[in-house]
Amino acid sequence: MNALIDTASWILLAGGALLSVIGGIGMLRMPDFYTRMHAASVTDTGGMILMLAGLMLQAGLTLVTAKLVFVMLFLLITSPTATHALARAALEDGIEPQVDHDKR
Amino acid sequence: MRYLLGLIIGAATLWLLLSGVYKPIVLGLGGFSVLFCAYVCHRMGIVDRESVPLHLLARVPLYALWLGGEIAKSNWDVAKRIVLPGRRISPTIVRLRAHQSSELGQAVFANSITLTPGTVTVALRSGDAIVHAITADNATDMEGGDMDQRVRRLERPFGAPARREASQ
Repeated sequence: MNALIDTASWILLAGGALLSVIGGIGMLRMPDFYTRMHAASVTDTGGMILMLAGLMLQAGLTLVTAKLVFVMLFLLITSPTATHALARAALEDGIEPQVDHDKR
Repeated sequence: MRYLLGLIIGAATLWLLLSGVYKPIVLGLGGFSVLFCAYVCHRMGIVDRESVPLHLLARVPLYALWLGGEIAKSNWDVAKRIVLPGRRISPTIVRLRAHQSSELGQAVFANSITLTPGTVTVALRSGDAIVHAITADNATDMEGGDMDQRVRRLERPFGAPARREASQ
């Protein structure tokens, strides 16, 4: 049983690490500011959720897991807010997105 | 009154789960700080339906589950576009109507868009969300209005009948 939980936790941690790295590669590969933000949100959501889930399996049913749940909840609320603030600031400052279709 | 009570219960639960030290003096300090915070919020007049959205509580788990699925799908999609060679993006900007009746609902809608990789709400002006999507397909999906509908159902008052308005 323990080995099973450990394996699941390792898979989650490795998956989270992989998604974080992919997000980093995307930040370098994407052509402009706004598309880079999409790459960053892979790290922000997928990477973060998988890693915290892996850590929760390590902690088991303890108060530590409760704290990890709070960390996840708060990140899920604050990270889109920060992303939105960043995008809006960029647009107001006149960084025009390079788009294929503009349907504003 | 129920919002103040909700705030106190919520803050107390948060404190109990974060503390982990349950000695009388620490518990007393915790109780004091919870009540003091509730008092300050009450004095500032910010304890209302918007800051303590009790009416959302029952429907949030189902919505969170659905949103989690969407996040997983779009993570996979964007990760593939990053790793596979060649240009696999077609950045698109669209204007979406946020049909939610409250500002809180519109904020939940805009945040949900931003939370799913591949779409970011760049601006929210007078009920219109300007969304930057990484592909034209993503933008078309958003224009389908599924998320808009779900957030509208989320903020519906309890017991109210389900309204299906034509989204335009």
